[in-house]
Amino acid sequence: MHELGITRNIVGIVTEAAKGRRVTRVTLEVGQLSGVMASAIAFCFDAVAQGTPLDGAALDIREIEGRARCTHCNTEFPTPTLYTPCPCGSRETVRLAGEELMIKTLELETV
Amino acid sequence: MCGGCGCAGSEVATILDMETGRRTVLERNAGPGPVAHRHGEPGHHHHGTHDHHHDADHDHHGSHGHADGKRHHHEHGHPDGQDHHHEHAHGHAHHPAPRATTQLDLERRILDRNDAQAGLNRAWLAGREILALNLVSSPGSGKTTLIERTIHDLKGVLPIYVIEGDQATANDAERIRKAGAPAIQVNTGSGCHLEADMVDTALRALKPAARSLLIIENVGNLVCPALFDLGERAKVAIFSVTEGEDKPLKYPHMFAAVDVVLINKTDLLPHVDFDMRAAAENARRVKPGVTIFELSARTGEGFSQWCDWLLREAASARETALR
Repeated sequence: MHELGITRNIVGIVTEAAKGRRVTRVTLEVGQLSGVMASAIAFCFDAVAQGTPLDGAALDIREIEGRARCTHCNTEFPTPTLYTPCPCGSRETVRLAGEELMIKTLELETV
Repeated sequence: MCGGCGCAGSEVATILDMETGRRTVLERNAGPGPVAHRHGEPGHHHHGTHDHHHDADHDHHGSHGHADGKRHHHEHGHPDGQDHHHEHAHGHAHHPAPRATTQLDLERRILDRNDAQAGLNRAWLAGREILALNLVSSPGSGKTTLIERTIHDLKGVLPIYVIEGDQATANDAERIRKAGAPAIQVNTGSGCHLEADMVDTALRALKPAARSLLIIENVGNLVCPALFDLGERAKVAIFSVTEGEDKPLKYPHMFAAVDVVLINKTDLLPHVDFDMRAAAENARRVKPGVTIFELSARTGEGFSQWCDWLLREAASARETALR
């Protein structure tokens, strides 16, 4: 999907939060059902980070598995796709995890 | 470079006001672009001392030369079953020996800025009791023809304003203007979808009347527009009987995000192998409870149900405006 734009958003948000300090590590959470490929973010990150406080920073991406709860039988189950039904057959489900697109933590050099 | 659709995001986005003919370049507030270099030396070479510090706890197999100064991926198992990527900078020796670091818990959504602008758009539209719809589809599904007929069928009943999104040309906005509705063309350049700030800029030029219908025709693309909230009340996907009944399964992110599916070009059903029941079943598989209309923008078949839905939603947008 639009991973370059996504990566620019990441670098923009982190640059703002770093307030001029050098960033040595960025940890993201990317859900496997978020519509964003973690590997494509990793691919873009190097180029987008160049010339910013994130230049040379390590990038950790935690991929989060899809999980849902069935509104009929209340079972929690893994959802490898957006339309995985409950083992009971119901498709009336509530997504619990897998759509994350979050910047979790930064590691910053202390001045 | 967009992993899925190949767009580069480097060309500027513009909007064209069809009433005044004025073209404006959109000032984007995205982060620094990939060509932003602050290094003085031309060509951005990294020669000289290379600091290689690996702080993660894992084995390195084989030798690492890194004469090219590039990054590499390390594959290693994690007992907790979670994958993550380790990127190690090689060849960035601008900073001296590693210094003390501190951790900051940020917990920010990556699409924060777009979502915040979408929220402002939604509030602006709700305050004016405007029903805003985000129309998404692949190119060639008949979106513009469908909007033209909708304008025609609702003439005198519901005023319609249109924001047209395309990578290039003002052809669609011109068609809409000829059909009798004020239109703004947003050209995204190489961008593959509309974003909330583009809609904000377009709304300032379009100035839709209170209690009207705002149709946002997104860039023809069933991938990226799924991620970007524009502030609409509902997303409407259009796919035509010439595209195959498995479209919702091929593009589940988009079809899971929509509230309404319009299956267009029903006048062509005698000429194509299209299983309408399977198509509807596939759409419901991805989005249980989704509203589906079968129609033909060419002949007008099925349009009374679609227009009735629009009028009901417009009435509901008025009732819920102040909640």
